[in-house]
Amino acid sequence: MIAIIDYNAGNVSSVQNALKRLGYESIITRDKDEILSADKVILPGVGEASTAMSYLKEYELDTFIKEIKQPFLGICLGMQLMCTSSEEGTTDCLGIFNARVKLFPPKEKVPHIGWNSLYKLKGGLFKNINAPEDVYFVHSFYAELCEETSAECNYIFSFSAALQKDNFYATQFHPEKSATVGEQILKNFLAL
Amino acid sequence: MLKKRIIPCLDIKDGRTVKGINFVDIQDAGDPIELAKKYVQQGADELVFLDITATIEKRVTLIELVKKIAQEINIPFTVGGGINSLEDAARLIKAGADKVSVNSSAVKNPKLIKEIADKFGSQCVVVAIDTKLIEKDWMVFVHGGRTITLLKTLDWVKEVERLGAGEVLLTSMNNDGTKSGFALDISFSVSNLINIPVIASGGAGSKEHFVDLFKNTNISAGLAASIFHYGELPIPKLKEYLIQQNIPIRK
Repeated sequence: MIAIIDYNAGNVSSVQNALKRLGYESIITRDKDEILSADKVILPGVGEASTAMSYLKEYELDTFIKEIKQPFLGICLGMQLMCTSSEEGTTDCLGIFNARVKLFPPKEKVPHIGWNSLYKLKGGLFKNINAPEDVYFVHSFYAELCEETSAECNYIFSFSAALQKDNFYATQFHPEKSATVGEQILKNFLAL
Repeated sequence: MLKKRIIPCLDIKDGRTVKGINFVDIQDAGDPIELAKKYVQQGADELVFLDITATIEKRVTLIELVKKIAQEINIPFTVGGGINSLEDAARLIKAGADKVSVNSSAVKNPKLIKEIADKFGSQCVVVAIDTKLIEKDWMVFVHGGRTITLLKTLDWVKEVERLGAGEVLLTSMNNDGTKSGFALDISFSVSNLINIPVIASGGAGSKEHFVDLFKNTNISAGLAASIFHYGELPIPKLKEYLIQQNIPIRK
């Protein structure tokens, strides 16, 4: 069973649909026992960072998430919440990854919407993926590069397209909306 | 590098695609799921479903269809047509639409853009604009292009950006249906004027038209319906040609 954390963020059902297409059952929950008994945990996300953080705190999931031992995947806003802080609503985040989240400067179109290439792939999430491979992004804020960067993308400059530390994995792009490449990345996560 | 997007548009009426298609291996040309899956397989970067159903009862059919699309399709898709309120938008997003597109309702009630953006994020809100050149000005039309408004397109796009739209879908009525190419002048002006992505629509008749669009403007995506539906220009062929022309395109 895969637990998808329910914290009022959008995009939850599209992750569930993607898992179902791959043959995996999942449950959308904020119940700590259900999360702890899941094989894998996913923190999805479409929404606003400071609001999302306040929900995580309200449901007492902020400290709880950091102690999860199963393979854990943050997607889009989910990834940004795993960083140290975000300029979106000026909020502290979970601090799992040592990267700050900042707003793209208006040198190019913002939000960064569409298919862009992944480079410098590292770790189990990108098994059988050959860079540069295009995946689907939609975001206005980005995580800066850091030691835990496991894939890079270039838009205006290089930023963290994926992060990994121990059992914590995260992608800025949407694997659930990235066609067959995204499915491979999800399969890799599910096989961890 | 961020790729230019190729987006087929499917017109939906009573849960079925309106225009037929002639893919040899599709059993049921009117089934939007079948057609959508075919486009995904061919390399479409996103899909747009435009509901042209008139009656409210039939909207239930649309919600069911959106749920099915969300289950079957692994690329982003937008649903538009008949979204008059935050509740209409919320139902479609909850059913699995990645984005909703608003047109006449946003002109009538611009706050709707902000309401949807505040609730679901700007990335969910596409503002569709039908525009036509009247003497020297590109004007905004509503009600499927039947009614002219007092809005100049260049003013309206600034306003929708300010209200929190994530993208603009710009259709030139002068070009739509002509297959003579996209409206490059207004596409150029709008895509340089605002800092959110702009999708151009109307007039695509050949692969060269997409080259002209992407080489001469700052447009992020090209949308078309009939040239894809009737198999005149298969997406793989179009993409291959655009790559040869050094346009950044997803393979």
